[in-house]
Amino acid sequence: MIRGIVRAFDERLGTARMTREVLNKVFPDHWSFLLGEVILYCFIILVATGVYLTLFFDASQQEVLYAGSYVPLQGVQMSRAYASALDITFSVRSGLVVRQVHHWAALLFAASMVTHLLRTFFTAAFRKPRELNWAVGVTLLMLAMVNGFTGYSLVDDQLSGTGLRIGYSIVLSIPFVGPWLSSLLLGGEFPGADIISRLFVLHVMIVPSIITLLLVVHMVILVRQKHTQFPGRGRREGNIIGLRLWPTYAMKAVGVFFLTGAVLALMGGLIQINPIWMFGPFRAADVSSASQPDWYVGWLEGALRLMPAWELRASPFEVPNPFYPSLVLAGGVFLVLYAWPWMEARLTRDHEIHHLLDRPSERPVRTPIGLAAISFFAVLFVAGGDDVIAVWLDMSVNTMVRILQLLAIVLPIVVFLVSRSAIRLRLRKQQEKAEPFCPRVGHSRWEARTLAALVLVFVWFTVTSLSSPSPHVLPETWTAKANAGMSGAQMYEAACAQCHGQNLEGVFGPAIGAGTDSEDMSDTLIQAVVFAGIGKMPPMPGVLTEIQVQEVIAFIRQLQGIG
Amino acid sequence: MPNPRVPRVAFGVTILSGIGLLVVYGTGGQPQLEGLLWFYALAGLGVGIIVGANNYLPNEESEEERHPLASSEEMLAAARADFHRADGGDEALDAERRSLLRLLAGAFAAIGVAVVFPIRSLGPHPSDDLRETDFAKGVRLVTVDGAPVKSGQLGVGELLTVFPEGHTRAGDSPTLLIRYDEEEFLPAGGRASWVTDGMVAYSKICTHAACAVGLYQNVTGLLLCPCHQSTFDVNNACTPTFGPATRPLPQLPIAIDSEGFVVAQSDYPEPVGPGYWDRMNNV
Repeated sequence: MIRGIVRAFDERLGTARMTREVLNKVFPDHWSFLLGEVILYCFIILVATGVYLTLFFDASQQEVLYAGSYVPLQGVQMSRAYASALDITFSVRSGLVVRQVHHWAALLFAASMVTHLLRTFFTAAFRKPRELNWAVGVTLLMLAMVNGFTGYSLVDDQLSGTGLRIGYSIVLSIPFVGPWLSSLLLGGEFPGADIISRLFVLHVMIVPSIITLLLVVHMVILVRQKHTQFPGRGRREGNIIGLRLWPTYAMKAVGVFFLTGAVLALMGGLIQINPIWMFGPFRAADVSSASQPDWYVGWLEGALRLMPAWELRASPFEVPNPFYPSLVLAGGVFLVLYAWPWMEARLTRDHEIHHLLDRPSERPVRTPIGLAAISFFAVLFVAGGDDVIAVWLDMSVNTMVRILQLLAIVLPIVVFLVSRSAIRLRLRKQQEKAEPFCPRVGHSRWEARTLAALVLVFVWFTVTSLSSPSPHVLPETWTAKANAGMSGAQMYEAACAQCHGQNLEGVFGPAIGAGTDSEDMSDTLIQAVVFAGIGKMPPMPGVLTEIQVQEVIAFIRQLQGIG
Repeated sequence: MPNPRVPRVAFGVTILSGIGLLVVYGTGGQPQLEGLLWFYALAGLGVGIIVGANNYLPNEESEEERHPLASSEEMLAAARADFHRADGGDEALDAERRSLLRLLAGAFAAIGVAVVFPIRSLGPHPSDDLRETDFAKGVRLVTVDGAPVKSGQLGVGELLTVFPEGHTRAGDSPTLLIRYDEEEFLPAGGRASWVTDGMVAYSKICTHAACAVGLYQNVTGLLLCPCHQSTFDVNNACTPTFGPATRPLPQLPIAIDSEGFVVAQSDYPEPVGPGYWDRMNNV
């Protein structure tokens, strides 16, 4: 029967020849070529989970009184967008897991794009004839960042509102057109009447469509130009050695897709991300401290923090401070990325076609430039969380900022010089030994280690860039009934530690340890605060019973005594 | 003969996890269990397929020749000739065609410019909105719950987030009402009458990137913006002392009305919040 169907198609479309070409396509086997595949698999998972979420999300700024199942926020005025995001989290079947998988997949999407870009850069896979596909890839990275930002801004909680307001200030800072542009984007002055519904259209339709189109273009060009390969036995510019697509390679690719899904399911189910119920609805007068954006925007947040208090003014016009570390910096970064293949060809006078890859360990200029750039972004990224780090290190934020400003300039230079002399030394030693050319089959250990280290660093970035210190406890355990039988320490961990810290040191909320005002507060007063709420602290009558609160207070007293 | 155990066990795990998921969903769902079972189900598939492919499918390398991508000179010339099929010969006709093409380009440009204008409906003219808040002469300062603030309500070093009465949700109006320390406080030139009963009011919207300036250290009299660490000196007209902010937080002139409530003397004399191109025109 299948033979009949195949013949029917072939009679009408002549598919046999095309099918043969596809099935016989040769893929060079190197683990670093998987990074690009993972991008595609993340995108498929993002679309699948995203479609499920759109079925329940209500992109409206209309204010409602929350009456859903999350007790601490019942009766609070909020937008329908935030209320429906809470419903997805607490009432929709699998809603919380799907939302978290979607968020983790977005982080992995960006992380695999960046590592794929680094692989392409360090091995010089961007050289002629692949400059165009490099440019398509850079555009995809930009679109992934934009879609990530629009995505987590949709929820309309305190954290995303804060991020959106910073984004608004950046648009507003654009010379000449900023005020008009921001008004047209938001439908008025911040917060604007239409921002959520417009971000929604961008996030679920316009940007994903362009991403889909460009992914297809990227792969069509890839098939047309064929893969690059590492130099090695029998590998020439004029051939390509590897596994044929069918059947082994295709099966392995399908396997990697399922493994990507497996890892994301595990993270989405067990590792909390963006616990929106803790942030409350957006209020212009409030701010959650220790607010960090997702990791791929972290470098811009860091640049905003490190920028000195300086701006261009020519009365009556001004180009405000946030313009430089955001749009000028990002514009410059992407401009350099786009121009790199042509720039390098011009400077090295190398206009030849290349299908064999460079080894990063043998390039004394390109590799150090790449490493210097990584160190620069790393400093900016750290600066994006400087307040949190300053608390860890018990250091003043001001000192931290000064050190990081210095590092942002000095570290890239040091990294460049050190790595350049290391590579030169290595090359000289190789020459002295007059090593006969020893073909290695693509799996150089040094490369594998460097790239593995890079992957680890990015996985680490991803994991540590949780929007909040993660308590690893999901909200289902947050009810008085579920708390029955827990000790004071366990209940403190579940209900209080997220804001006041594991050791009362304070995170979003104030420190309540020894020497703070809380030590002098009576038990009755603390109990009243827990039940009524105060400032940003939500009232928690549904979370803990009176006796449970007394147990928690006893636990806090015990810790204060130690401190 | 390859060892079949790994893929068999892996697919078995997937089948069991699938059944497990069915049971979990059927009994109301539980996030951690769902994540864990999905992990086992998908990891079983992935491991089973990859190990199975390695064991049972051919794994030898093949070689494929690369053919140059660039076309031959003849092909390029032929393509060029095809493209210019209509050209050549009659010069008068060519000139006529060119002028028609220019007109066509003009027609497209006209449509292009015309369709830009409906975009104007996306939002109002910005400058009035950016300049004004809902504060005005005699408007009471109220807390987030709408309660008006009375003179003497704040102790020294205390502060309160206040709004113009009736507008507690507006994005540009959050204001900090601070009872300052009389010994430390230096009223800015010409603003001696902007404070009342030991209280001073500043915009809570940071002049850097519009975050709420939420942290106050009453010992040092410093306001700190938690987003990018701009620091403002309350006792010295809220001038920035650290961080990226370049301008002081705007000050709201306040007074006490006949019933003893704190009111605004006027709107803010300058735009609140972050800078923009023609902000100084609005001062």
